[in-house]
Amino acid sequence: MPQIFHRSTNTLSRATIFGAVFVVAALGWMAMEIQRSPYITYAGVRKPQPVPFSHQHHVTGLGIDCRYCHTSVETSSFAGIPPTKTCMNCHSQIWTNAQLLEPVRASYKTGESLQWTRVNQLPDFVYFNHSIHINKGVGCNTCHGPVDLMPYMYQQESLQMEWCLGCHRAAQKNLRPRDQVFNMRYHPPSSATPVVVDGHSYTDQEELGIALIKKYNVRSVKDITNCSTCHR
Amino acid sequence: MKTEHQDGRAKREDVCPSQKGKLDLTSVRARIDAATAHDEAEKTGPEYWRSLEELAGRDDFQEALHREFPKGASEWVDSVSRRGFLKVMGASLGLAGMTGCVKLPLEPIVPYVRQPEDVVPGRPMFYATAMTLGGYANPLLVESHLGRPTKIEGNDQHPASLGGTDIFAQASLLGLYDPDRSQSVISIGELRSWQGFLTAIRGPLSAQKALQGAGIRILTPTISSPTLADQLRNFLKIYPQAKWHVYEPVNRDNVLEGAKLAFGQPVETRYDFSKADVIVSLDADFLYAGFPGNVKYIRDFAKRRNPDAPINRLYVIESTPTTTGAKADHRFPVRAGDVETLALSLTSILWINELIPVAGIGPGTAQGAEYGAMVSAAAKDLQSHSGSSLVIVGDHQPPALHALAHAINAKLGNIGNTVFYTDPVDANPVNQTESIKELVADMRGGKVDLLIILGGNPAYDAPADLNFADAMTSGKVPMRVHYGLYQNETAELCQWHVNATHELESWGDARAYDGTASIIQPLIAPLYNGKSAIEFAALLSGQSDANGYDLVRAYWQKQHSGADFEQFWRKSLHDGWVEGTAFAPKSVAAKAGATSPSSNSSDDNAIELNIRRDPTVYDGQFSNNGWLQELPKPMTKLTWDNAILIGPKMADRLQIKVEDVVELELNGGGDQKKKASGPVWIQAGHPDNSVTIFLGYGRKRAGRVGTAQGFDAYALRTSANPWIASGVQIRKTGETYKLASTQGMQSMDTPDGAHRPLVRETTLEEYRKEPNFAKEEETPYELSLYKPYPYREEDYAWGMTIDLNSCVGCNNCMLACQSENNIAVVGKEQTQLGRHMHWIRIDTYYQGDRDNPRAFFQPVPCMQCENAPCEVVCPVGATNHTTEGLNDMVYNRCVGTRYCSNNCPYKVRRFNFLLFQDWETPQYKMMRNPDVSVRSRGVMEKCTYCVQRISERRIDAEREDRKINDGSHENELQTACQQSCPAGAIIFGNINDPNSKVSKLKAQARNYSLLGELNTRPRTTYLAEVRNPNPELKG
Repeated sequence: MPQIFHRSTNTLSRATIFGAVFVVAALGWMAMEIQRSPYITYAGVRKPQPVPFSHQHHVTGLGIDCRYCHTSVETSSFAGIPPTKTCMNCHSQIWTNAQLLEPVRASYKTGESLQWTRVNQLPDFVYFNHSIHINKGVGCNTCHGPVDLMPYMYQQESLQMEWCLGCHRAAQKNLRPRDQVFNMRYHPPSSATPVVVDGHSYTDQEELGIALIKKYNVRSVKDITNCSTCHR
Repeated sequence: MKTEHQDGRAKREDVCPSQKGKLDLTSVRARIDAATAHDEAEKTGPEYWRSLEELAGRDDFQEALHREFPKGASEWVDSVSRRGFLKVMGASLGLAGMTGCVKLPLEPIVPYVRQPEDVVPGRPMFYATAMTLGGYANPLLVESHLGRPTKIEGNDQHPASLGGTDIFAQASLLGLYDPDRSQSVISIGELRSWQGFLTAIRGPLSAQKALQGAGIRILTPTISSPTLADQLRNFLKIYPQAKWHVYEPVNRDNVLEGAKLAFGQPVETRYDFSKADVIVSLDADFLYAGFPGNVKYIRDFAKRRNPDAPINRLYVIESTPTTTGAKADHRFPVRAGDVETLALSLTSILWINELIPVAGIGPGTAQGAEYGAMVSAAAKDLQSHSGSSLVIVGDHQPPALHALAHAINAKLGNIGNTVFYTDPVDANPVNQTESIKELVADMRGGKVDLLIILGGNPAYDAPADLNFADAMTSGKVPMRVHYGLYQNETAELCQWHVNATHELESWGDARAYDGTASIIQPLIAPLYNGKSAIEFAALLSGQSDANGYDLVRAYWQKQHSGADFEQFWRKSLHDGWVEGTAFAPKSVAAKAGATSPSSNSSDDNAIELNIRRDPTVYDGQFSNNGWLQELPKPMTKLTWDNAILIGPKMADRLQIKVEDVVELELNGGGDQKKKASGPVWIQAGHPDNSVTIFLGYGRKRAGRVGTAQGFDAYALRTSANPWIASGVQIRKTGETYKLASTQGMQSMDTPDGAHRPLVRETTLEEYRKEPNFAKEEETPYELSLYKPYPYREEDYAWGMTIDLNSCVGCNNCMLACQSENNIAVVGKEQTQLGRHMHWIRIDTYYQGDRDNPRAFFQPVPCMQCENAPCEVVCPVGATNHTTEGLNDMVYNRCVGTRYCSNNCPYKVRRFNFLLFQDWETPQYKMMRNPDVSVRSRGVMEKCTYCVQRISERRIDAEREDRKINDGSHENELQTACQQSCPAGAIIFGNINDPNSKVSKLKAQARNYSLLGELNTRPRTTYLAEVRNPNPELKG
């Protein structure tokens, strides 16, 4: 009986066996990439909203503070989504006929809430608290990105656990003075833009961060990486 | 996994220890006798035991001891074969890996249109309100998340609660969200509207106007609501011939009649246990939910159990084992009919030099020398504590005994010191049995044209001899209206049913045991457009569209004439009670020759029948409440069923085993024989020649949870003998019935047998000699292969102490935990398999003679061991230690290997064997605590010291740059079990702070670790129990 496979197939099979390692690795890499891609995390994805609200216009254009709408950000786990009434504070006076604002006026008239799509979304087993981050000097745009430049709101970061831990393991990389938390144009310290805290001028983020950790009694890395810090 | 059944279809009986080889007393009797032998040398059994099986040292108990879960809990016992199951599992396993890669679905976020001023999303709000049981208000503080009540706490500023609650208050949250509640107006099986009902009732009401309401009968349960009572009285003014009847199965007729006997008028008796040094309970279960004022009484009683302060002494004479008896320093089990005999001999000793005001009773009629000795010792004790003693009588004991107790308390000078008389809390204090009798007679006589049942379920719970259901439907009552929370047995027999609001949905008011009026304010708008009792009553008087708020407010405006009404009203709502409404003690004059012996002709040979309210479902009104159904009853640890309790001696004599179904037959007057049959539970400490049955089961229309659970004890309850009947016949039916008792489950093993008991106790005398009796040799701190973590250097190190002396075994902590931590209900079948989910359990240990053992309660939550055995065996790192010493459980990491629970010596870990949590029913979604993950199938869970509360409080404290529980924020952080514990037995806090309460308790001599010899270094420790027996009665 003649051999079914020609000798040359030996090379092919060797290559295949060798190549399989790469294929498996590639599959693993692909799975990891998909898992971290915006497709899964929604980072950078513009989700459908009932009204095309522009943070850029309201924050940069009009200079409205974050807390005008997100009222509970300093006191509660939840930053708060403004009730229709907040929109109507101004829009009962200006842009009263704008077609874009019809859902807002309808909501105010009927008492039916607007149904937004949640942009920064965490799984239900994660318990995040805004107030404590604000209090310890984590700026809004550290996590939410340049909201003041977003005509249509999107989520800046992946919000995955490795991203959270990145900061919980090295908080000094991101902290800023409390009075700068809501400053969307805050620049981290550098020789061009030194940051002054308690009379001391900092030009290096690491240095400032370590000082702030002490000043704001930020708990140790071990403490804030306990499982129950976020999961209950 | 080893299978015992080759066909893969293990039967429940085969795998469940409680089913296999039931307690066969004849065969193990010798062993039990040996185990309890008085001669120490001959004694073979453990000193402290949890069940009669354990006492006998039976093999199946030994096996249960060594298993992480009871046998069968971990086996597949459903109808699908094991092979079939594996096939399905194999397929799903392939897909299981993918579940980690799910993409979060888009989620809507819905803001208010106009946000209420005080609402801060993400922060709960608390409102003061109340719930009623038997008419008495239980003051509450309810946590609300964005308009959804999620947790019930006691009102810590209310004098009747001081922060504590009872199990019924905790469980009423589940009652609110019960999907089986009546959701609409119904007329003869058809859905109708409120308007439809208004139209239907208008005719009969106006027809009655001409007759002055002669054909109207209103039947209510006990009412203490000032507003509702006022409305009903007004109604009776409009319809002067109408009658208001009151009936509730668990009524206080005997108390009322006793007061009338003694004083000629209905008065309420109130006790002050904080001042009582010697307490004699004559069958009164005053330390358990359902007794008016129990929350406050437990608090006061527990405070007086501190062995380092003047400690009180409790004598309990009781007819069925209760938690109160378990806490007694001297407990005397006697038949209910003999309680009076003992009381009379007690009286005769007290009055030895005076005219005995009880005709025909001489001194010393107690049965047996032991009881004689105890009665005289108790009498002496009472005498030497005149003015600081107290005699209390159970509600089911006859009026004469109540009158006798009033006389004894007067004689001892206790009135005004420990015993107070006030106006009755009940707004219409009538003899309820007589009241319903009269109503039935009127119904049968055709005098009733319009019957309005304003709450309650008389068709189920009225005395059996009255045949209420039959009288109602005999055709002589043309219009019957039922108003209530459920479409129950009574609603079924009425043409109209109106759905009521839950107390958490309605405006109202009620009085606490001391008369203090609370405003009941709603936490949520009615879920099903129900009407409150007050709104319903308003309709009867012609105000069909009045709303509850206006009615209650209008009533109190009448009471408060000052110009500052708005301020008064707001303050009353905020505080949870109306200032100055507590009844002032009044002096009442004893009627001359008031007390006379009751016709106490209990035949010594006849078997006595005791009928009691159920410890968890009460009279049946809570039978559709899964939390209460699954809550182990304190002494028997039975769940989901009632049973016929008999003592071990009687079981021996009648050759009855546990779970044998027996038929009880009672001569119900005339030639009527009343029968009921149910399973037997042999209860250590139950008096001989007596059986106890519990009300509240055998419901026909309770709902998905309660229908057809247990047997109906009302069948044996007559208007003549509602609580105690003599001459019941017991007949074995030959059948058996499986009960679900958790008593033998989660038993802990002591490495060196019984030498280091799990529950440690001594007497006051011994304690004074040797205060360190409970201490053990400390294991060296470094005795571990793992590097010790410097916990003492952290800001916080969480710890807990549980004072066994204070704990009265009321079960409140179990429900508080269940509510706070979203713990699932598993059902009877799963409970039988030992799969119940309670994070904190209460172990009941017995010690001594099985006919009158001493009993001890030990609540067991997770010990949060510093050297936690569970953590090192988890292959996925789902359970880890925090720097503050918490043993974290990360649900989203857990893959369900159960290695951790296998390695837990305390057996406090609970596994979701099936999808126990209801993820579908919308009502339950509203009920859950949003701060705690809802666990799914295949996940381990356990107590976390309420880590959600720790996190929240810590964030609050850090925002204010201070520490948790610092001087100005005392008690801001409490675990759920601690917060509502009426006894204050559970104390939690920072053990790194030497001034914290918990640190001080841990420094006490009584402090000991459970299984400390294992070097687990538990953060939860116990304060050993110290009893205060009368030195004269030693031996």
